[in-house]
Amino acid sequence: MKRALLWLPLLLFAGLFALVGFGLLKPANRTVRSALTDKPLPDFTLPALLPGKPGVAKNGYGGGQPRLLNVFASWCLPCKAEAPQLMRLKALGVPIDAVATNDTADGMRDFLATYGDPYQRIGDDKASKVQIALGSSGVPETFLIDGRGRIVMQHVGDIRADEVDGIVAAWRAAK
Amino acid sequence: MIAEAGLAALWLAAAMAGLQLLLAANVVYSAREEMVRAIRPVAIAQGFLVALAMLCLILVFAKSDMSVKLVVENSHSAKPMLYKLAGAWGNHEGSMLLWVTILGIAGAAVAVFERRLDQRTLSATIGAQALIAVGFYAFLLIASNPFARVFPAPADGEGLNPLLQDPGLAFHPPTLYIGYVGISVAFSFAVGALVTREVGPAFARAMRPWVLGAWVFLTLGITAGSYWAYYELGWGGWWFWDPVENASLMPWLAATALLHSVSVLATRDGLRAWTIMLAVVAFSMSMIGTFLVRSGILTSVHAFAVDPERGAFILALLAIYIGGALALFAMRVGTVRQGNVFAPLSREGALVVNNLLLSVILGIVLIGTLYPIVAAGFGVHLSVGKPFFDKTTGPIALGLVVFMAAGPLLRWRRDQANALLKRMTWPVAGFGVALIVLVPFAWGIGVLPLAGLALAAGLAVASIAPLWGRNLRRTPLFTWGMVIAHLGIAVSLAGMASDSAFTKETLVVARIGEPHAVGPYWVRLKGLRPVIGPNWSAIAADLSVTRGEGGAPFILSPQARYFSDPPTSTNESAIATRLDGQLYTVLGQPDPSGGYQLRLWWKPFVTFIWLGGAMVALGGMLSLIGRVRRGRVRVVEDYYA
Amino acid sequence: MAGSEVRRALIALALIAAPAWAQQSSLADVQLRDPAKEAQAKALMATIRCVECQGQSVGDSDAAIAGSMRSVIRERIQAGETPDHVRAWLIERYGDYITYDPPLGAMTWPLWLAPVVLLIAGAAIARSSFRKKGR
Repeated sequence: MKRALLWLPLLLFAGLFALVGFGLLKPANRTVRSALTDKPLPDFTLPALLPGKPGVAKNGYGGGQPRLLNVFASWCLPCKAEAPQLMRLKALGVPIDAVATNDTADGMRDFLATYGDPYQRIGDDKASKVQIALGSSGVPETFLIDGRGRIVMQHVGDIRADEVDGIVAAWRAAK
Repeated sequence: MIAEAGLAALWLAAAMAGLQLLLAANVVYSAREEMVRAIRPVAIAQGFLVALAMLCLILVFAKSDMSVKLVVENSHSAKPMLYKLAGAWGNHEGSMLLWVTILGIAGAAVAVFERRLDQRTLSATIGAQALIAVGFYAFLLIASNPFARVFPAPADGEGLNPLLQDPGLAFHPPTLYIGYVGISVAFSFAVGALVTREVGPAFARAMRPWVLGAWVFLTLGITAGSYWAYYELGWGGWWFWDPVENASLMPWLAATALLHSVSVLATRDGLRAWTIMLAVVAFSMSMIGTFLVRSGILTSVHAFAVDPERGAFILALLAIYIGGALALFAMRVGTVRQGNVFAPLSREGALVVNNLLLSVILGIVLIGTLYPIVAAGFGVHLSVGKPFFDKTTGPIALGLVVFMAAGPLLRWRRDQANALLKRMTWPVAGFGVALIVLVPFAWGIGVLPLAGLALAAGLAVASIAPLWGRNLRRTPLFTWGMVIAHLGIAVSLAGMASDSAFTKETLVVARIGEPHAVGPYWVRLKGLRPVIGPNWSAIAADLSVTRGEGGAPFILSPQARYFSDPPTSTNESAIATRLDGQLYTVLGQPDPSGGYQLRLWWKPFVTFIWLGGAMVALGGMLSLIGRVRRGRVRVVEDYYA
Repeated sequence: MAGSEVRRALIALALIAAPAWAQQSSLADVQLRDPAKEAQAKALMATIRCVECQGQSVGDSDAAIAGSMRSVIRERIQAGETPDHVRAWLIERYGDYITYDPPLGAMTWPLWLAPVVLLIAGAAIARSSFRKKGR
């Protein structure tokens, strides 16, 4: 009994070794995902940022048509890289709304003039309140909201050219 | 040319380490003790050659030789000289080379100076040390050659992370590494003693200076690292329970326990198996620390040089050394004779409890740090941080303080409860008085800070009690060391408790001329100006500060800095240090309304945290000097030995 | 030489001034008037993980999203919510990863039990070593 106990430290160490070895072989995914996927869109109302372009609110969703909700900002670099893909999605008939975090009307006007305007509505999210309510942890992020007003997909980071088809397919499936 | 010379020296040093291992094995297993004489010159040669390799790397960095890959990736010709030199170890390859350099020099020192051990145990120790060195040489030469060239040579380098461009941090890695290597020497002694079954006071006395030295450097490293995080990150926090911080805390906890148990073994011949075990644990914690920092398997603010493949190499070394040592422990320690016996109520008893509490804290920190990996295995994404560690280790640490206060007041082997209570009168009085003073004035500060302050007072009194009624001139240096180190813990604890209880915070949008109050100070923004540094530019805010309304004004200038290579912005806090605390100012973002964000803190007695840390290290240093001197001159047997 | 320094200073000014969009209606770095509520908010911030920088809490991070989270926390506390309620609201959005104080559950009970187990094991080792040696 006593002798067997002497091997306990080695056993514990083997466990520790297996654990960190496992951690090394299978590095944890560092992407922070929203926990709201497959849940209804939370309640929110955002005023318009630009005159002539309506704001965004929860009651704009769930009318039977799935829509994309793009969390972005005119000051964010990857958002500029993402702009052509959003224009393509728009051309393919996907309706896109925006939550503009920490943005200004002037900045937004310049951005849309330079990179195109794929948005039907743009909400003015001053202190990123709605961004946090959505469980988003950076810009850009894109949520797909289905016809019943549920979040069915979250895309973290900028949408790349080869990801457009997948998003269109998901949008069709959400009808 | 210098780079090639460095690489050649490194290969030769590795060969010397291999030779040292063979010679040592020969002495241990064929009892040809005359070989011992050959080990010494080989160990010295190894130390010399590896130091030469390190020197070559530093030279290459000093000259900004952009044909060396490591220099390109981590330096820039516009950097100040201090950071060029620090760049030599501010990266993975260089820091590993520094590791083996210290290891090689330490190995040579053991071979030259150690005279207390018998030849076989000494040879086994040197062999174990050489085995560790061989592994790290292989790691350097196979997986992380610091002298690799790049062709064609680029015009200039990529720079060093601006957060690391700080005098404190230039010396932070060397300090920690000296600590880690010292622990590795202690580990080698433990392995040597297990191999020859000579686990006794002679072994403990040989090991003790290395444990003490390592512990002093680990203490300094943690203290300096904490102060760096405090002023550099710009939010006034000094400990975040971040994985990398935990990685440096765990070896310190193990070394602290080892330090106390090795003293029991050296003077009372007790706790034999426990001392061996702690030496193995301490070394495994320093290697796990290195692994966690280098492999990047945990998310951390401080992960600066991360590479999973190299992590695998360190992990393999860890498995060989620690697995081997633990297997040896399991096979051999049963045959080691039990040490001397003692009663539960005795100095040894208090040290055992102390060691166990330190080990429990160590276990909690280890489990908490690694738990996110366990959870990830089950597909759960979670975080373990400050609230968990505070709630679990906080109360245990306070319990530890109680035993720490009582320990030095107990007699060896056996003591009487009544006598102890009598000796504890003044410390308990200190605790009580602090509580009586604090409760009415500071009732809202929370249970832990309140207990921390009162226990700090009690511990402070208990710490100096061993000096009571003694001739201070004739008190041995290591008794002074113990007193100062324990007092340092009390001072540090008081600083921590005071910071969490009494800090005042003011966040403002400052406009020029408006006064803002924080604690006893008034702060006015006088103006903003651009500042040019060697490789950065900044906006500085000039703050005119007065203590109270009519005090003499002085200027603090916090900066928002912008570095171009690589492009990064940092906050340089400006701190005014006074006897009763620090005024901490940070310049934040500009506000659309035309002002500037300022973050101001008044932190009463916060400096005690690091002052206490420095006292602990000083205490360790005095003990070390006392022990080494005593090794030469016989001193009268002392009550506190 | 002097010319290039001036230029660098100007670049620095421009870059530091760049995020002029900053948080107007935000409570990211504005204290609440009620000191008790501010203390509650501060304590909560220290336990919420920054999702962008990852190694720090939102209470001591310069990242923009951390500032937004501080603002949301202060606003909700000001509106009368309890810290536990705000934490639950954040967990609902970001999962358990967001809190440094792992909530007790199926996955975390071994973690919270570990200190107790270690203490008991320590006490057992101490007892056995005293008994054996006292004999």
